Amino acid sequence: MIKAALALADGRVFYGRAFGASGEISGEVVFNTSMSGYQEILTDPSYRGEIVTMTYPLIGNYGINMEDVESWQPHLAGFVVKEASDFPSNWRSEMSLDAYLKENGIVGIQGIDTRALVRHIRDKGAQTGILSTLDLDADSLVAKARKAPSIVGQDLVREVTCKEPYHWTEGPWDLENGYEGGSDAALRYKVVAYDFGIKRNILRNLVACGCDVTVVPATTSAAEVLAMQPDGVFLSNGPGDPEPIVYAQENIRALLGKVPLFGICLGHQLLSIALGGKTFKLKFGHRGGNQPVQRGDGHNVEITAQNHGFAVAPDSIPDQVAVTHTNLNDDTIEGVCHMQMPAFSVQYHPEASPGPHDARYLFDEFIKLMENWKKRAEKN
Amino acid sequence: MPKRTDIKKILIIGAGPIVIGQACEFDYSGTQACKALKEEGYEVVLLNSNPATIMTDPDFADRTYVEPVRPETLARIIEKERPDALLPTLGGQTALNCAVDVARDGTLEKFGVELIGAKLPAIEMAEDRTLFKAAMQRIGVNVPRSGLAHNYQEALDVIKEVGFPAIIRPSYTLGGTGGGIAYNLEEYKQMAMNGIDASPTDEILVEESVIGWKEFELEVMRDLADNVVIICSIENLDPMGVHTGDSITVAPAQTLTDKEYQLLRDASIKIIREIGVETGGSNIQFAINPANGQMIVIEMNPRVSRSSALASKATGFPIAKIAAKLSVGYTLDEIPNDITRETFAAFEPTIDYVVTKIPRFTFEKFPKASPILTTQMKSVGEVMSIGRTFKESLQKALRSLETDSYGFESRLFEEPGDYRRGLSNDEQVKLQSMLRTPNSERLWYLADALRSGMSVEQIHELTFIDPWFLNNIRQIVDMEQCLIQAAELINNPAEETLRDLLREAKQYGFSDRRLAQLWRVDEQEVRSLRYELGIRPVYKRVDTCGAEFEAFTPYLYSTYEEECEAAPSDRKKIIILGGGPNRIGQGIEFDYCCVHGLFALAKDGYETIMVNCNPETVSTDYDTSDRLYFEPLTFEDVLEIVEIEKPTGVIVQFGGQTPLKLAVALEKAGVPIIGTSPDAIDRAEDRERFQALLHKLDLLQPENGLARSFEEAEKIAERVTYPVVVRPSYVLGGRAMEIVYDVEQLRNYMRFAVKASPEHPILIDKFLEQAIEVDVDALADGSEVVIGGIMQHIEEAGIHSGDSACALPTFSLDDTIVDEIRRQTVALALELGVCGLMNIQFAVKDGVIYLLEVNPRASRTAPFVSKATGRPLAKIAARVMAGKSLREIGVIDEIIPEHISVKESVFPFVKFPGVDTLLGPEMKSTGEVMGIDREFGKAFAKAQLGANVRLPLSGTVFISVKDTDKQATLEVANKMREGNFEIIATSGTASFLKDHGIDVTRVNKVKEGRPHCVDAIKSDQVSLVFNTTFGAESIVDSFSIRQTALFYNVAYFTTVAGMSAAADGILAMQRESLDVTPLQEYHPQNG
Repeated sequence: MIKAALALADGRVFYGRAFGASGEISGEVVFNTSMSGYQEILTDPSYRGEIVTMTYPLIGNYGINMEDVESWQPHLAGFVVKEASDFPSNWRSEMSLDAYLKENGIVGIQGIDTRALVRHIRDKGAQTGILSTLDLDADSLVAKARKAPSIVGQDLVREVTCKEPYHWTEGPWDLENGYEGGSDAALRYKVVAYDFGIKRNILRNLVACGCDVTVVPATTSAAEVLAMQPDGVFLSNGPGDPEPIVYAQENIRALLGKVPLFGICLGHQLLSIALGGKTFKLKFGHRGGNQPVQRGDGHNVEITAQNHGFAVAPDSIPDQVAVTHTNLNDDTIEGVCHMQMPAFSVQYHPEASPGPHDARYLFDEFIKLMENWKKRAEKN
Repeated sequence: MPKRTDIKKILIIGAGPIVIGQACEFDYSGTQACKALKEEGYEVVLLNSNPATIMTDPDFADRTYVEPVRPETLARIIEKERPDALLPTLGGQTALNCAVDVARDGTLEKFGVELIGAKLPAIEMAEDRTLFKAAMQRIGVNVPRSGLAHNYQEALDVIKEVGFPAIIRPSYTLGGTGGGIAYNLEEYKQMAMNGIDASPTDEILVEESVIGWKEFELEVMRDLADNVVIICSIENLDPMGVHTGDSITVAPAQTLTDKEYQLLRDASIKIIREIGVETGGSNIQFAINPANGQMIVIEMNPRVSRSSALASKATGFPIAKIAAKLSVGYTLDEIPNDITRETFAAFEPTIDYVVTKIPRFTFEKFPKASPILTTQMKSVGEVMSIGRTFKESLQKALRSLETDSYGFESRLFEEPGDYRRGLSNDEQVKLQSMLRTPNSERLWYLADALRSGMSVEQIHELTFIDPWFLNNIRQIVDMEQCLIQAAELINNPAEETLRDLLREAKQYGFSDRRLAQLWRVDEQEVRSLRYELGIRPVYKRVDTCGAEFEAFTPYLYSTYEEECEAAPSDRKKIIILGGGPNRIGQGIEFDYCCVHGLFALAKDGYETIMVNCNPETVSTDYDTSDRLYFEPLTFEDVLEIVEIEKPTGVIVQFGGQTPLKLAVALEKAGVPIIGTSPDAIDRAEDRERFQALLHKLDLLQPENGLARSFEEAEKIAERVTYPVVVRPSYVLGGRAMEIVYDVEQLRNYMRFAVKASPEHPILIDKFLEQAIEVDVDALADGSEVVIGGIMQHIEEAGIHSGDSACALPTFSLDDTIVDEIRRQTVALALELGVCGLMNIQFAVKDGVIYLLEVNPRASRTAPFVSKATGRPLAKIAARVMAGKSLREIGVIDEIIPEHISVKESVFPFVKFPGVDTLLGPEMKSTGEVMGIDREFGKAFAKAQLGANVRLPLSGTVFISVKDTDKQATLEVANKMREGNFEIIATSGTASFLKDHGIDVTRVNKVKEGRPHCVDAIKSDQVSLVFNTTFGAESIVDSFSIRQTALFYNVAYFTTVAGMSAAADGILAMQRESLDVTPLQEYHPQNG
């Protein structure tokens, strides 16, 4: 048994057993309350720079398969669980969580009181931590954690965005055929998707709705995008703080009113900033698959997958922008739309994966928006 | 959306008596609903025949009808009360069926009553197999291949489609009664016909077997704004083929990827919408093919269920309470989450622990019943446990069961030994069969299989249990090996490896007791070592949200980790220890007492703390007590809670035998037990000390003796003369108690009983034949004694008091006898220094009073007496235990009500074909009902109706009685003739009755050739069966009479006293039909 330690910048240290790769990493220590979907979480590029603690204690039960991935590799900095299962059991499982993390160089710790850690983060806020299998000295680790860079102000998007544009054709997964079934939707809408750290399930959902998707790097200019003559532009999720991603904000501003826009998560924050809003860091964020979001003023609530540490400040929303969705738990903004221009976005993840499918209708809304825009263009 | 103001009065239906498949979880849900609706200002009318429920306490509803849960009663209440709405989804299948009946027959429409929660079409679509299947096809959700059959020919046609193995499910039955799995045509024919018989609509569903597939359940809620949330997912450890009520289940689902889980979630949402359950909770069961993930839906309950109670306890999300609020128009986003206070009910709970439920069986009560688990539910209770890992949760659940298991004790190997010795051929065969065929002991055999060297794959092939579960059990077994090898280390506590190992073992959920077994030391030694090494549990909170929000409700469980969230207060506080799993002999009555204790003490300003592990109960609702510890009721677990809470007092006399067993040890460990002292309890339980007590008070008991060997037993039996009652000491529910008529029977018994209780000698009492049994509940505070109630049993002494019907007040005893019983009760209570409740059983024979038993604790009858007299005995007892005198509380005189209350017992025989329905000294009933009226006959008839025994008003009574009963039967026969019944009787009885001038037709005994009496019952010629019998041979001969009556739902009575009461009931109903009256009118002072 190899020991491992997790130290927080505020001095709290947890000792446990190492799993996955050995090493020492720093990152923002956060927690996710999803009881299933660890593989999607591991491979979600939005977790870049995060040490993710799973609140559900038993992780790895169904192993790792080749299908439930949201990108080409795991992205998070470190993984914290109560008990990692060594004997996965599922018809699709191909390897254990431990083996997967080893293969991908992700440091993990298990056997710690994860609930105590989560309560600590809840009370004291998400903060930088060091996860190490090399150094077990509390003082030294805490000192390192204090010196490690904060997630605030960092551009993590550049680390996860694609290098070159590419065309995406894969549709959603189904039980019988996996991804082989393909989508029978005719690809009637040309969509350019900005990759700020995009999750594949967003692309799969776009394809299922009839989008012909080209993914472009985060730094692609608005002019280049418009030159591709898209019916709509999608602004993806991604890691970290939206403030320093100035290039994206500027590109979005240049696209506004020229083409329908739909943003998810970081894409939502960037759109909001482009529209004149501001973002702020939440105490410990929303990460999980059970966040209730209220649609409009009525009593309709959708259960959503979320993963964000920043949010759009309500008092910063300009007049022409309407808040369409609100978090029922803490009243934070979950969705906005522009009242004149064809642009809307949500803070949460309608593509789910992992998480509930309640908000899939938003992809249809995007289609509708593009459809109406097309019709208007034809009329003019 | 705001709550509805167009409805003001809501009628709620309870589930009636506790039966297999429908236990106290419906009291929990009904109580929550009553509370929630009253809180909202609605006038609540309640119907429930079960007096042991909290919901029938007069303050939980405005009008409480303790009347039979039957459509005719419901219709009468509707007519009288004119409610605006009927909420049928919280009282289990009984309530739902009852509501469907009054909806179909036009009663609801006639009186303008709206069904809320679920409308009739939704209920029908969910319950009717054909409609359900069609609905599932409409939304593209797969169901198993199946077909319906209503008769033999249809059954044969259907099976051609479905193929073997096939599951037979009778429509509209509880807990799958009459169902099963058929592997061949012969079995199928038999089962199909049984199933059609069992179904009230003469219908069975024959279904493709998906035996071996994984089974999952989702608890779903929907509101009027069409929001749907999943409260909990549950994975069954036992694969398809075992009724979910009999399966070991785990929450949340463990082996599903998110992709697969979301398929279940999507399907559940589609299903609840398509079926059209408007508001509230539903339970949906799925099967998943482990080879390719293929999913099919098995069934949906359009109501709150046993699983929803479990899900509520498992997550902290009160499904029934929320369901009640949704039914009056609130939406999920408007209802606050009590636990976090800042969030709402519109979310999906996430949990950061593992919940394990294990069913509790009582096959030992029914030696003739097959202990094999199938699609028909057989368990009588369940335990739930919470741990941070599955291993911890599972091992905590094992010791919660109270089946004398403290871990994975070996069933095949001597412990602690070399498990790899290999098994003999016989053992191999036994092991294979215990693995292959689901049974209540399988869990322990899984561990033995691993010990014997079988691989997880091999075990999986035999059991289909998911390898993930098996691997966890393997880890426990491996840990045992490490522990055994480390046995020498325990003398060297300084050793670092010992500390690590012990800590890890505790994290795996090992009990001190199990560790002691493995190390061959005393449990106390393990505890001392653990304390020395500082290895102590911490307590975590159940908070619905995985710690994302602060939890304001101290709903706690133990685990071995770093941080403790117990945060005990320094208020004056009292712990009440609960009764653990329901079982025959210890059921809801004891939970009722615990809950009352909590309520009363809270009112007196104490902080109340509950410890229990039964997820079905009201006591384990997080807002019943100030603090709830969901923990096993073992010495170790209780002591740790006491040490962290440091209570003013601990009450052990409400939870039945479970906490009582711990009393002496807890007191020795310095725990402040309040109420009657453990020494006084021992004085009443210990035979010799008890005799000294009686001698001192000059009271009589049946002649008796204590035998440690067969020879001693034989001598005692000869001295006191046969028949004798034999039993092991310290038992509840008459476990292994028998009436023995001769030496041969005694010899047989000794073989069995020694096995039943090796540490305790056998008690032998003279059996008082034809004596009247009397039960007394009394309150005492050390200096004053007040009689709570005196109940006269309807069945004679010799029938277990828990199985006997009884009436309060007494109906045929002389005043002088009753006064003498009072005097003796007072004398005993004072001499024992009873502080709280006590229960005494007397037998009266030929004007002489004998003491049978004294229990210085809350009894099974306490709730019944409380309902009958309007005096809340358990509440008063709790206050007395906490130091108040009876006088201070204002309890001075006995209340003798003007009305008659009859308690009747309810039996599970229909679930155990082959088990005789004859009553005896061993308790077999699962629950009870109460009938109240102004006269005995009507109260008795109501009690029968509540127990689903419909006394006929006309027709033919079949009488066959043993010789000693013939004289007494004359009066009964005369009454039946007076009521214009035809009488048919077997030869002996017939000629006796004829000789005494009664008009009777002789009918053949079964052995006399056809047509015989059983044919008569089967061909509907008999509406009532009176049958008493004596002697092994006659019992066997008449067995088919009782079985036939049982399965053809013909009312039957097997004692003369029962026959006589039934005759009174029939005559009373012939004079005037039954009416309904709420408790509040019987006890206006409490209204």
